[in-house]
Amino acid sequence: MNAIHMDRRSWLNAGGALIVGFAAGLPRPASAWTEKPVAADEVASFLAIDPEGKVTVFVGKVDLGTGIRTGFMQIAAEELDVPLARVGVVEGDTALTPDQGPTYGSLSIQVAGVALRAASATARRELLTRAAGRLGAPVAALRVEEGVVIGPSGRVSYGELVRAGGLEMKVDTAAPIKAPGARRVVGQAVPRVDIPDKVFGRPVYVHDVRREGMLHGRPIRPPQMGATAEAVDEASIAHIPGIVRVVHQGAFVGVVAEDEWSAVRAARELKVRWSAWEALPDQAKIWEHVRATPVAQTQVTQERGDAAAGLAGAPKRLSATYDFAIHTHGSMGPSCAVAEFKDGRLTTWSASQATHNLRKQLALMLAIPAEAVRCIYVEGAGCYGRNGHEDAAADAAMLAKAVGRPVRVQWMRADEHGWDPKGPPHLVDLRAGLDASGSILGWESEAFIPKGAGGNVDLTAAELAGAPRESLLSPGNIVHNLALPYALPAVKTTCRRLETTPFRPSWIRTPGRMQNTFANEAFLDECAAEAKVDPIDYRLRLLPPDEARGREVLERVARLANWQKRPSPQRDISGEWVTGRGVTYCKYELVRTYVAGVAEVSVNRNSGEIRVTRFFCAHDCGQIINPDGVRSQVEGNIIHTLSRTLFEEITFDRGAVTSLDWGSYRVIAFPEVPRIEIELIDRPAEVPWGAGEPSAAIVPSAVSNAVFDATGVRLRSVPFLPAKFRAAAQSS
Amino acid sequence: MSQTLAMTVNGRATTVTFDDPDMPLLYALRNQLGLSGPHFGCGLGQCGACTVHLDGEAARSCVTPVSAVEGRAIVTLEGLGTPASPHRLQQAFIAEQAVQCGYCANGMIMQSAALLVRTPRPTEDQVREELANNICRCGTHPRVVAAVMRAAAQG
Repeated sequence: MNAIHMDRRSWLNAGGALIVGFAAGLPRPASAWTEKPVAADEVASFLAIDPEGKVTVFVGKVDLGTGIRTGFMQIAAEELDVPLARVGVVEGDTALTPDQGPTYGSLSIQVAGVALRAASATARRELLTRAAGRLGAPVAALRVEEGVVIGPSGRVSYGELVRAGGLEMKVDTAAPIKAPGARRVVGQAVPRVDIPDKVFGRPVYVHDVRREGMLHGRPIRPPQMGATAEAVDEASIAHIPGIVRVVHQGAFVGVVAEDEWSAVRAARELKVRWSAWEALPDQAKIWEHVRATPVAQTQVTQERGDAAAGLAGAPKRLSATYDFAIHTHGSMGPSCAVAEFKDGRLTTWSASQATHNLRKQLALMLAIPAEAVRCIYVEGAGCYGRNGHEDAAADAAMLAKAVGRPVRVQWMRADEHGWDPKGPPHLVDLRAGLDASGSILGWESEAFIPKGAGGNVDLTAAELAGAPRESLLSPGNIVHNLALPYALPAVKTTCRRLETTPFRPSWIRTPGRMQNTFANEAFLDECAAEAKVDPIDYRLRLLPPDEARGREVLERVARLANWQKRPSPQRDISGEWVTGRGVTYCKYELVRTYVAGVAEVSVNRNSGEIRVTRFFCAHDCGQIINPDGVRSQVEGNIIHTLSRTLFEEITFDRGAVTSLDWGSYRVIAFPEVPRIEIELIDRPAEVPWGAGEPSAAIVPSAVSNAVFDATGVRLRSVPFLPAKFRAAAQSS
Repeated sequence: MSQTLAMTVNGRATTVTFDDPDMPLLYALRNQLGLSGPHFGCGLGQCGACTVHLDGEAARSCVTPVSAVEGRAIVTLEGLGTPASPHRLQQAFIAEQAVQCGYCANGMIMQSAALLVRTPRPTEDQVREELANNICRCGTHPRVVAAVMRAAAQG
């Protein structure tokens, strides 16, 4: 793997020069800053093979710490029959990689992996055709071993074959791919290629990028989010050595210094007169605020039968409201970026999950053509969605433009917690009508969630400076999974898309799908309890008859967890600590990955403390590219979401976020992490679906249902803080 | 204004310069000595990403003033082991694939290395307690514990 690491480091240092070397001589469109083909239908957009037979994969999706880089290498190595160590990957460079959309939605393998597979299969077919001519043998008589085509009477390497001509051809999505039985690399738990560098402290992160003549910048954010900087007293930092510039444009204030610590000090000590701004809602009344927010659009996401009539005619009716707090991404490393203007062009290095979009946003903000901007992805701390990486790039660009030298910006912890875009508050009302046997006759729900989709989240620097921006609300695709994966006779699910939300929203891992699944699967548990039916049996009865894969994950998780059939709650609710188990089922967005989970909890009935002791998950994402990669993602989904479910909630006053560190924004700690058992179902003949999000969706309701099973107390508000349990216990 | 002081970093005598004696050690390690193992996570000593060894003890370099380390011995992740001569924890983290984004891995390894010196055969609960103040957001916790147990078993 040394070659890959060498290449990656060279690329980090040289800004793509090494890769460009492979592609020298290719046409460079005048209209855009590209160094090679990047169109999504060209083989050369995805693959380069050099004369030595080294394969370089170009993908628009980026790793983000999930391990998909290794997965992409496996896919290319498999279809091309080359050793894994001969494959390198370039991710998210607007001059080198196709625009495959942001790295979100658990789509990297499902979309970009499948595209790469088609490009690789097309390339293999072309190389075999060339080899057949060279070797004077039919394609059917050829085989490939380690990048060498072997015929009955001779051999020729890929390297030799590409010397005669590159891979300039259209991707044929019908090009034959390897049959499941013939696969050697895909489906194997190949170790991740990035891990050795990380455990030896090599410079792999955007935080480690250094450029010649680079300066250090820090933004100074308003103490109240909508305040503007009325006056900046540059003399207040005159005593700090190495200050290069104070930049002030509207509410955007930043400092640039020769030395990083001087920039940090200057950002702390610079005296700024800020206007007053207190327009945030009262946190204690956040849900009243959400309900009172004007509705921009009403979106019915599922309608079958007459739900209202089903409810009206039901002998038993249930209703409940579920809410989910505002979260920060809370990345371990604060957002960081380096920006450099050179020869009238801007280059940024950042951990953006959407470099192609960032490029357009930076161009808009700076009023320069997009063709003059190149955005290069470099790994950052895990981000779980659109966090502050793009904003750090915008900060760096603003400061680099002001000083005419490369500027590195790294946020402080308070910048990250205070100013990354937030997962918006999410509120769901539900009603169900049951017949005498507990079967559901009608189901209605309404989610109160901000309008918008997975578009661009405005750059903070553009907002603060009053620079051009799109002014869209982009919370991610948050309407999914309010519709139910069950065969109910009458159902209507509605999203009230709100005009505004208190904080700049964006997507955090499993956006909306998590909150909607929480509401649905906990409320369904209320119905099962009312019906006095075992929660897994209740779900199995409701599954459509043709949903064999859904049935399988539920049955498998029941076996895995040694699930004892009985209705919830358990019978013996006495003593201080009680235990229980809860289940959840999810068919992601109702069209892909199937997951079922069981949480086991121990609850202190006096204090309200909840300990999740074990978590079981059965997971079917179709074809698995790397089983250890999928397992790692499922573990991460469960633990990250347990943290969100049990502890996480931003706090704010009328002007700004007040949970600005890890003390005030508590996350899960090692002693609180449960034992996790996972069963992966591999379906090599099926298409691969995403694994980066779906198993997060099942966590909050599985825990809520387990707490109800243990105590008879229903938790309907994330996070499940002890005080909320005590309040719920008193009112139930 | 600039001051210089001497210390030992990864076994080599070295000097760093600073204008502000309160500058955290982390900035000297990363920006003057070119060490990329310790990471800036919070600047508050809360998350552990910046952990180094100071005279053999795990210390948060983001809140350790550079002026407090004169003459002391500092070891960073780079000094703990190298690809040619890896520390058994580094090998174990690879073997257990105990990394996702890896930004916290420096702290996990450095904190655990200090534990294994004090307690060569820890229980899983002792490992979890030792790492209770090291934050991971990706959810690698079970693999990290498994890696530390693996390394301990090989010690």
